[in-house]
Amino acid sequence: MSVTGEKLQPTLFERSSPGRGGGKIPHPPKDALDRIPADARRATPPALPEMNEPDVVRHYVNLSQLNHAVDTGFYPLGSCTMKFNPKLNEWAARLPGFADLHPMAPDEVAQGTLQLLWELETALAEISGMRAVTLQPAAGAQGELTGILMIRAYHRERDDTDRDEVLVPDSSHGTNPATASMAGFKTITIPSAADGGVDLDAFKAALGPRSAAVMITNPSTLGLFESRIGELLDAVHEAGALAYMDGANLNAILGRFRPGQAGFDVMHFNVHKTFSTPHGGGGPGAGPVGVGELLLPYLPTPRVLRLDDGTFRLERPDERPTSIGRLRSFVGNTGVLVRAYAYIRAHGGSGLREVSDDAVLAANYLKSRLAGTFDLPYDRPCKHEFVASGASLKAKTGVRTLDVAKRLIDHGFHPPTIYFPLIVEEGMLIEPTETESVETLDAFADALIEIAAEAERDPEMVTSAPHTAPVKRLDEATAARQPNLRWRPMAGAEMPCPD
Amino acid sequence: MPYGPHTPADRERMLSALGLDSVDDLFADIPVDLRASALDLPPPEPELELSARLREMASRNRTDLVSFLGAGVYRHWTPPAVDQLLLRGEWYTAYTPYQPEVSQGTLQSIYEYESLIAELVDMDVVSASHYDGAAATAEAALMTCRATRRDRVLVSRGVHPQYRQTLHTYMRNLELEEIPLLAEGEAAGTTDLEALARMLAEEGRPVAGVIAANPDFLGLLEPMSRIGELTHAAGALFVAVIEPVSLAVLTPPGAYGADIAAGEGQPLGIAPQYGGPYLGILASTDALVRQIPGRLVGMTTDLDGKRAFVMTLRAREQDIRRDKAASNICTNQALLALAASIYLATIGPHGLRDVAANGAARATKLETGLAAIGVERVHPGPYLNEFAIRVADARTVHRRLIERGFLAGLVLADAEPDDPTLADGLLLATTELTTSGDIARFVAALQEVLSGRPPVGVETGAGAERAANPVGATR
Amino acid sequence: MSAPTDLRYTRDHEWVRVDGGEATVGITQYAADQLGDIVFVELPDEGRDLEEAKAFGVVESVKAVSDLFAPLTGTVTSTNDALAANPELVNSDPYGDGWMIKIRLSDTSEMDDLLDGPAYDDLVAAG
Repeated sequence: MSVTGEKLQPTLFERSSPGRGGGKIPHPPKDALDRIPADARRATPPALPEMNEPDVVRHYVNLSQLNHAVDTGFYPLGSCTMKFNPKLNEWAARLPGFADLHPMAPDEVAQGTLQLLWELETALAEISGMRAVTLQPAAGAQGELTGILMIRAYHRERDDTDRDEVLVPDSSHGTNPATASMAGFKTITIPSAADGGVDLDAFKAALGPRSAAVMITNPSTLGLFESRIGELLDAVHEAGALAYMDGANLNAILGRFRPGQAGFDVMHFNVHKTFSTPHGGGGPGAGPVGVGELLLPYLPTPRVLRLDDGTFRLERPDERPTSIGRLRSFVGNTGVLVRAYAYIRAHGGSGLREVSDDAVLAANYLKSRLAGTFDLPYDRPCKHEFVASGASLKAKTGVRTLDVAKRLIDHGFHPPTIYFPLIVEEGMLIEPTETESVETLDAFADALIEIAAEAERDPEMVTSAPHTAPVKRLDEATAARQPNLRWRPMAGAEMPCPD
Repeated sequence: MPYGPHTPADRERMLSALGLDSVDDLFADIPVDLRASALDLPPPEPELELSARLREMASRNRTDLVSFLGAGVYRHWTPPAVDQLLLRGEWYTAYTPYQPEVSQGTLQSIYEYESLIAELVDMDVVSASHYDGAAATAEAALMTCRATRRDRVLVSRGVHPQYRQTLHTYMRNLELEEIPLLAEGEAAGTTDLEALARMLAEEGRPVAGVIAANPDFLGLLEPMSRIGELTHAAGALFVAVIEPVSLAVLTPPGAYGADIAAGEGQPLGIAPQYGGPYLGILASTDALVRQIPGRLVGMTTDLDGKRAFVMTLRAREQDIRRDKAASNICTNQALLALAASIYLATIGPHGLRDVAANGAARATKLETGLAAIGVERVHPGPYLNEFAIRVADARTVHRRLIERGFLAGLVLADAEPDDPTLADGLLLATTELTTSGDIARFVAALQEVLSGRPPVGVETGAGAERAANPVGATR
Repeated sequence: MSAPTDLRYTRDHEWVRVDGGEATVGITQYAADQLGDIVFVELPDEGRDLEEAKAFGVVESVKAVSDLFAPLTGTVTSTNDALAANPELVNSDPYGDGWMIKIRLSDTSEMDDLLDGPAYDDLVAAG
């Protein structure tokens, strides 16, 4: 069973009844809005649901039961690092001193938070071997945009305006080319080599006077460390371009490899991956960015500064005129960063290195358990994740990776990432993380092996899975052809309410 | 390691299954010359000690001050149900609903969020959220360029200065111009419509979109219908920057002809947290549904005909479109959208109206109290719950008021250094949390500061002993 | 299933039916099968000039998206409005009711660049 309760819920709107609920806010004076001109006032009130608190609570408690989450079970979603979210961090972020602080309060009243942010910047710089860190970007993708915009500023300042190309391997995450486009660059995609690493010759051939940057994920999205990285970075710099590292897979190399030290000019962190801040159903996260010496002048503003007397303040806009500016309002997703800070301090350097050791060991162990059942396209040790392929299974039984994934749900597991990276046929990207016990790893492997066997003797059972989830496979075609994106009373009447 | 499950025996077992002696063997592919040495970080802190230290750090933030600071982030009372529900692991430790069969909780909650906001803004399509109001506004600007195939966007200086700065960053390859505000007259502090008309009429420089905020950054109500008319007459799209609580009582963007609405959802039950995580609201008309970036959740059925929810129109997103994606956005702010939904469901529509109306009533009281001591508003026009006042040497006054336990809003010279009309301005906001007592004590303290009297023996806002010893460097 | 022999094809899996100086264009059954359930087709406006081998629109399925490339140079004379409400026609009848655009050709010699039925079948078989 993947979920404990399976009650589908009506929507809030269907539970609403006029006059129900409310009573939480004192009544304002009757003339409160008289001074607002009539033509500026809302003619009809918004048709928001009216519910009493007990029904609201029941609604959201029951809905929550329909979710699989890290707190309910194994979640081996490759490239997402679904590790345990420490409860201490939730407590810390909710301390009123942190939670109630207004982002435009003067520095003198924000010393506790400013110190935390400064210490976090320092820790991330040490972890990555980078010279400085900005905590501003709200997510990895925004961090990528920050990095690429800084690279663009760097070239512009050198009047190197011909550089309009960004090179990425074909295994890259979709955000990489999307980011390049947003920043006004053209993406050149370089096919990977047969061993899953970068094709160094192809990269070298594509590098030239039009190259602004390369974006590399290391370990790659296949979970493989790029051992030719030194040569690649040399080639990039020789061509006058800069090297961006997508830090999504940092969980594999903490304490083992520091991108800045190795020669990367800039990288982003996904604190909601490597540093345990919770995924929240799809967000929030935070995407701090670390830079080497070359890009230091372009960091987003404001940075957090430490003064000689031990106090802290925010940099003023005029103090770094070469900055690329702001990517968002205020200092950053501080609430998320408090959690990342607590995580890093709880582990220390030795603890973080152990995190990577265990993450890598667990992935390799799990991979070894699946050998012989699924194709393992890359025959060498992986890092924190690995890619398996259902290509042979499909050829033999007609059962696809999608079906295997859905059948895993019946075994109580969240499926791994499927069909990514795009270069692996019928791919499954599996990332166990370091917080899963050996028993869990074995249970997962056993489930996959059983599903593969079931695919041969009773494929229908697999292709029509899931059978025990709250809902079966969904009609995504109709959802896209006739989008129903908001509740409307008429539309609601056509669709049967679950209870 | 504090959270890992592996005993030495577990590690042994895994290593021997791999035929290896040491985990170092799994890192042999890192070139020797690129291997890291040990990380130079403070030693691991056990949770007991770490929690004490975190508590001490948090206590050094002056959240005890009685606050009149708004400027885009507003303190509201949040029913405890919101946070208690948010703390359920099924909500906050779940991820993006890629497997809808086991994510119906998250998916339905996002659909409900989209529906709730759609009602508030009175528009058809609401995205599953963006990082914050600034990012949502920037995405809106880019939408206008894509939809019209033009590359010039006009933004009123009434839009939050940090949003405008963000727009400049996102629009580096395109053209962004700022529409001035009127410096004097009845409508001072709002968008100069004549200037807007001139900018829209410029030969050979067609405009893709016009962006204005209501209320604007200075708290004033803008003539949004008129701005919309001028915008559409020029074949451009109209982006309204909104504040969600105000929409309980002010005309929503759908009613005054906005094509896109963007704004900050933080006031809907989300704590200030020194900057985030917040909730970027983005909504559009149906005509623009394929241009709207970010996730969308729709209603559908499963194989058994049961109603269910699923992410839809996904081919627009980065993982499929890659370099042709409308935006690189991957994460949304799901947990914050959930918080906002629970807040709205618990407060209810009448409650939301009362929140807005109470804020307005307190603002009236503040304005009256200040006028009685000779402190006037900078602008004469109508406002909802925020306005600017002028006091000589505003920055020093602000600091003196902190010593007396008050956060006297925002020093406008810091936020808008290029606007001489705001040189000695303080931007003050009130909400339903502002009490009459707060207002009376604030006015008294301000009067004292302005008359040059020291703070001895006077009842202050909070923490009098600490107020006498402020931490931090002087400006 | 072989591709219809009365049509011509591009390497990007578009088909062309030429009648005098006008060509009708769509995507092949193979392409539609690869994409899966089509949910949206973005077509150019009438009067737009197209250039051989350049992208002129987009076809979107639930999980994938593909550019549409002009098989020949010319001007768009009409587009299939039925696809707005019924994009699934591309899956069910790609060579008939699932047609996408009609072009008035400017250079019929470009037809020589296109593949015939058997040559297209070979292309598909080669994978």
